[in-house]
Amino acid sequence: MDIEVDGLRKTFRVPRREAGLRASLRSLVRRTTTEVVAVDAVSFSVEPGEVVGFLGPNGAGKTTTLKMLSGLLFPGSGTVRVLGHVPSRREHDFLRRITLVMGNRNQLQWDLPALDSYEMNRAIYRIPAPDFRRVRDELVELLDLGDQVRKPVRQLSLGERMKAEIVGALLHSPQVLFLDEPTIGLDVTMQKRIRAFLAEYNSRHGATVLLTSHYMADVQALCKRVVVIDAGRILYDGSLRTLSARYSQRQTITATVADRAGLAGLGELVSVDGDRVTLRVDKERSAAVVAALLGHGVTDLTIEDPPVEDVIEQVFAS
Amino acid sequence: MNGLPGLYATVMKAAVQTQFQYRTANYAYMLGMVAEPVVYLVVWSAVAESRGGSVGGITAGEFAAYYIVWTLVRNMNIVLTPYAWEDRIQQGELSGMLLRPVHPIHYDLAFFAGWKVVVVLLWIPIALVLSVAFRPTFDISALEAVVFLVAIWGAYLIRSLLLWALGMITFWTTRVSAIYDVYFTAELLLSGRLVPLALLPAWAGGLADWLPFKYTFGYPIEVLAGSLSTRELLTGLALQAVWIGFGAALVAAVWRVGIRRYGAVGS
Repeated sequence: MDIEVDGLRKTFRVPRREAGLRASLRSLVRRTTTEVVAVDAVSFSVEPGEVVGFLGPNGAGKTTTLKMLSGLLFPGSGTVRVLGHVPSRREHDFLRRITLVMGNRNQLQWDLPALDSYEMNRAIYRIPAPDFRRVRDELVELLDLGDQVRKPVRQLSLGERMKAEIVGALLHSPQVLFLDEPTIGLDVTMQKRIRAFLAEYNSRHGATVLLTSHYMADVQALCKRVVVIDAGRILYDGSLRTLSARYSQRQTITATVADRAGLAGLGELVSVDGDRVTLRVDKERSAAVVAALLGHGVTDLTIEDPPVEDVIEQVFAS
Repeated sequence: MNGLPGLYATVMKAAVQTQFQYRTANYAYMLGMVAEPVVYLVVWSAVAESRGGSVGGITAGEFAAYYIVWTLVRNMNIVLTPYAWEDRIQQGELSGMLLRPVHPIHYDLAFFAGWKVVVVLLWIPIALVLSVAFRPTFDISALEAVVFLVAIWGAYLIRSLLLWALGMITFWTTRVSAIYDVYFTAELLLSGRLVPLALLPAWAGGLADWLPFKYTFGYPIEVLAGSLSTRELLTGLALQAVWIGFGAALVAAVWRVGIRRYGAVGS
């Protein structure tokens, strides 16, 4: 296993006080704090080369977990091993084999072209010059960065900067990638580009990836397996397909029919647009509804599971 | 070049490139930096003249020499301030540094050392103008020149290490300006920055001997602009080495505890 997490728990003590001057004065003398459980008894493991989506709403404990896995935070209790290392010891051999990309944080030198920051990474990670040039050129080509790496980073657009950041984070060819919202704030085209790159990188290098994202398209495109977390606890760990099957009881049937009479009785009528109707039905009744629709002169028909976003919402609600 | 020397060379190069991006800002910065010693110089020159040519045995020409060397030493003393630590933690920059397989202090030491290359280049014309305007008295031996070249880097290391250790208080609280201010005030008075140490009352001069500030300002300045004996020159270097050792040990100790705190609380 590349990542093994067992009974991981992390709590934070946060100051708490009411609003207003009186509460401010009181807090000078007596400070009240509350213990917040950010991660609670989390256990999972990830095999080499696996791409796992780590999903959950804001404040679910995703980033805290990633920080513990990358050695930035000490676990409160429980054990973590990444590539056989205890991350919180931050051994150099461990740090040379992982990377953490945070979509909202910059690692590149703001005033210099990305190429100069890459040189710095070469020195920091002690990458032999020929390997460095080969990997850098491959990444720049895969991400279609071209001459953007020669411009000062401050002059790049958000998307260009993110791509340049990803190159910088992968120059040392890490085996394990922790990606925290790598496509946050990017337009759809740029999101697709980065998704395609990550898929290609994973297949070329067999890297292990743990990805958090609020964009379900990222997860669907990259992850066969997802871990769903809420309020610090794991709610689901398994394949994305099984998640849909387990938590979504309904399917959407869209059909073009000649005769619309009596359709409402077949299920929940979502919309009618000319001769095109959309129905929502319980999964176990799908076959029967399709059979019934045949009697209405069907010329076109599709059956769809609900969007992953809806399924995830269902998981949190359950 | 590989290993730490390779890292230092690369980061220093990046620092030089970064500073050259802002040439006008650099000159404005240097001019601002010169304003402070020129004020001291004008005041002390006037006092010296009114007292028949010298104050406490220091002539106007010696004051000029002192404050012209001061400008270079002051620039060698520019290091990462404790205030930058607050930003570093709040913006998550420290997290990025912790993910790298090298101690963050190496990055700071190398970056600010690279900056000095630009500063020295900018300092030369400013020193020439000040020399023409104030006519300093210099009598520099080869030994003094060599000791000075070592001492300014000793001063740089001492101040870097002490302010790094001070900055790490930010691991516990970000409201520590008062503590920094105490440090900077003590430094201003007891380092030779505000006034040459020879002009301080005996008790203050004695106190300065036991504190690190003198070895970051007064000592390197006097190596070039004063008249220290060979013994005093070499003793000063030895005491700089002691303070570097103390600073390194302090950084290591505070870092060990602070990083556990950061790991417990995060950013």
